[in-house]
Amino acid sequence: MRCVIGIDLGSTTTKAVILDEERRVLGRGITNSRSNYDLAAAVARSEAYVTARFNLLRREVAGRVDDAMLERLRRAFKLEQTLHQLRRLRELIDEEIDRSHENGLRRPLKDAIATMFERIEREEEERFADPNPPKRSDFFRDAAGSAFNRIAEEIADPTGVTFDMLLGLYDKCIIRVENEPLELGFRDHIGAALERIGRPPEIAGAVDRVARVELEEAASVGTGYGRARLPFPKEQIRSEILCHGLGAHAMFPGTRTVLDIGGQDTKAIQVDENGIVTSFQMNDRCAAGCGRYLGYIADEMNIGLHELGPLASKCHRCVKINSTCTVFAGAELRERLSLGERREDILAGLHRAIVVRAMSLLARSGGVFNEFTFTGGVAKNEAAVRALRELVHENYGDISMNVSPDSIYTGAYGAALFAHEVAN
Amino acid sequence: MSDVQKDRSMVLQKQMIARHFERLEKAPETGEPVVYTFVPGNLTELIRSFGALPVLPEINALQSGMRKRSGDFINEAEKSGHSEDVCTYVKCDIGMLKSGNIGPTGTRLPKPDLLLLSYTGCYTFMKWFELLREEYDCPTVFFQVPYQGDGAIEPQHKEYMVKQLRDEVIPALEKVTGKKYDEDRLKEMLALSAQAEEDLVAVLQSAKNKPSPIDAYFGAVYYVGPIFSAFRGTPEGVEYYKELRREVEQRVAEGRGPITPDGPLDDQKYRIVVEGPPNWTHFRDFWRMFAEEGAVVVASTYTKVGGVYDFGFRHDPNDPLGTLAEYCAGCYTNINLPGRIAMIERYIRDYDADGFIINSVKSCNSFSAGQLMMVREIERRTGIPGGFIESDLVDPRYFSAANIKNRLESYFQMIDARRMGVSA
Ligand code: SF4
Repeated sequence: MRCVIGIDLGSTTTKAVILDEERRVLGRGITNSRSNYDLAAAVARSEAYVTARFNLLRREVAGRVDDAMLERLRRAFKLEQTLHQLRRLRELIDEEIDRSHENGLRRPLKDAIATMFERIEREEEERFADPNPPKRSDFFRDAAGSAFNRIAEEIADPTGVTFDMLLGLYDKCIIRVENEPLELGFRDHIGAALERIGRPPEIAGAVDRVARVELEEAASVGTGYGRARLPFPKEQIRSEILCHGLGAHAMFPGTRTVLDIGGQDTKAIQVDENGIVTSFQMNDRCAAGCGRYLGYIADEMNIGLHELGPLASKCHRCVKINSTCTVFAGAELRERLSLGERREDILAGLHRAIVVRAMSLLARSGGVFNEFTFTGGVAKNEAAVRALRELVHENYGDISMNVSPDSIYTGAYGAALFAHEVAN
Repeated sequence: MSDVQKDRSMVLQKQMIARHFERLEKAPETGEPVVYTFVPGNLTELIRSFGALPVLPEINALQSGMRKRSGDFINEAEKSGHSEDVCTYVKCDIGMLKSGNIGPTGTRLPKPDLLLLSYTGCYTFMKWFELLREEYDCPTVFFQVPYQGDGAIEPQHKEYMVKQLRDEVIPALEKVTGKKYDEDRLKEMLALSAQAEEDLVAVLQSAKNKPSPIDAYFGAVYYVGPIFSAFRGTPEGVEYYKELRREVEQRVAEGRGPITPDGPLDDQKYRIVVEGPPNWTHFRDFWRMFAEEGAVVVASTYTKVGGVYDFGFRHDPNDPLGTLAEYCAGCYTNINLPGRIAMIERYIRDYDADGFIINSVKSCNSFSAGQLMMVREIERRTGIPGGFIESDLVDPRYFSAANIKNRLESYFQMIDARRMGVSA
């Protein structure tokens, strides 16, 4: 079966979207953009292919198998992938112990590591068994890292195998696991996953068929900051501005104005009735008012990035923050806290400050037209969305504003649409 | 053969400029008087008819930028209290002065005997010479050129300027040079100016050819060098432009494009009109970003800051002071916004351009104010999309290569998409 793929190498995450011949989304993949863009692209791509096959499977068994079973299979698959990565991580850590620690320490270190990995694996299995597992990051680094940290803290012994030693080993080896191409594809693990859920006959045959489908990649288009790293010819590289324009338009065909707030760029884009960009404005050389700003704030407050939006949404009275400069915002934040302002009120103000900045870009690009679509990573942040809604309303009146739950994939989706053009 | 010819004009220019700076260096010994003045509305013929030598601080600043010295000079000026947001030409010049007044060719620049301030649309000029006057304690004349606020040079404007020339500028020059005003000498020089101007216009208009034999922005800043600085009205100037014209005409005959930092640009995918000064500190990188995309600039407003000749104005030996007045009032910086818009619109049509790009310069408010309004209006009138990028004149801190490249690539791809009428 012919398909096309779009890859968006962003400054913080790399996304891939696969489309079938009817330009329907077949698969999506995402990973953190590490220092190694090639690998990030490979990981996102292979993940997109995995989800593509799950989608094919869903189509294949539609009406015959309920979603719960498919979901169980998907989770079993994820578990198999994770166990595979954990095994590799453990191998590397054992090698590292042999290399960098003296004889006397090797045994106790290896024992500690063995205990830790057994526990992590057990936890993973339990998570799988739990029909409603607690939410957490899907990235292996985050999931493995937090478990490793927690267990290391528990079992470390200040007089022998210390916490620092354990963490040092993890830090050294996680990068290597991330940077080597591991077999994580559909065919590598679907067999074991199927076994794990008891090989239900109503699905087993379909899984075999789907695993055998040849996915022929008819074209690929890359976008995002790392796009120059992709081994694509020039005509298969598109700027993210065009991709966000086209992607947003395809998601919401009435779109005329697009705002994309990414990690280090904010772009205001106007598109015509076909999704073709007619003009755009972009933030200047400094990243004030981009997603990265929220990252700094989260660090400053010592909370996770994903907690910012929900916390800010609890505000009672939005504090006016004037600075969109990351450094000054930190200073304002501390000052406000010292004045006794509530955290959530200050946070709401910080979110609003980002959006105020984006409003100026929107104005520069020609204003906001119906319909207006918000894309990029920050569109996942409810407080930012709320501030934007308010400000757009204040400045431009009644405008319908679209925010897709898949907004983070907009650029990759647009790239895939361009790939479809290339292929046809 | 043709390469040798191409080089000849460049060699000529290099020699001319080197000789000029040598003369300047020796001026304290030879007693040749020195007049500092600005490029827009420069009265070169008048100055030289008195046997005085002109020094143009903006040219020194931009040359420092090209030679990667401006960053240090700007630092130097900031140390003495000039803020980050001040026009960086001013700071570069002040820094250069504080560092021993070594000019762009490495020779020392003499002190001015007179500061001749022609006021053509930029308020900063006044402050700049106030600063220099403070430093050098020398006479200053202020030649006020009425702004073309209503889009025309009115007869009373001309009268007013001629009167100033007669009553203030000429007496001041007589005083510092010890020579009488010699109108016949001035007329001779103006005739030479007109000759060189004729050839310059032919060179600039050669960009109407396809492919264009010149780059009318990056390449043309070299072409306008002599006529905007010290060489209008001189036999060397005439010779230079004659030679340049011959070379360009030869390129037209051979159907060849300009030579860019990466070699010849014969395959021209986009014909672009550019408004705003270039970035000097990353001049070649900036040019390369255009050339790599196959973009050739066919017309620019920047090459008109020291005189607009392509719509018919020539210095007229029969009306020596009147023609100088008209020249000054006609410089690009002295033209109001509707006039600038009309000019760009005309360029887009006359040169069959695919697009126009504004390089908005951070530290020059004089140029930047109104530029976005210009974009909209030109888009409306021509139906051609405008691009907007931001950099600076000579402050290397204001040039973000990734950001500018991103915008340019997006812009050219946007033109592509519109050309193909892609609907995905
Ligand atoms: S026109 Fe701009 S660059 Fe020139 S002196 Fe004025 S502010 Fe500076």
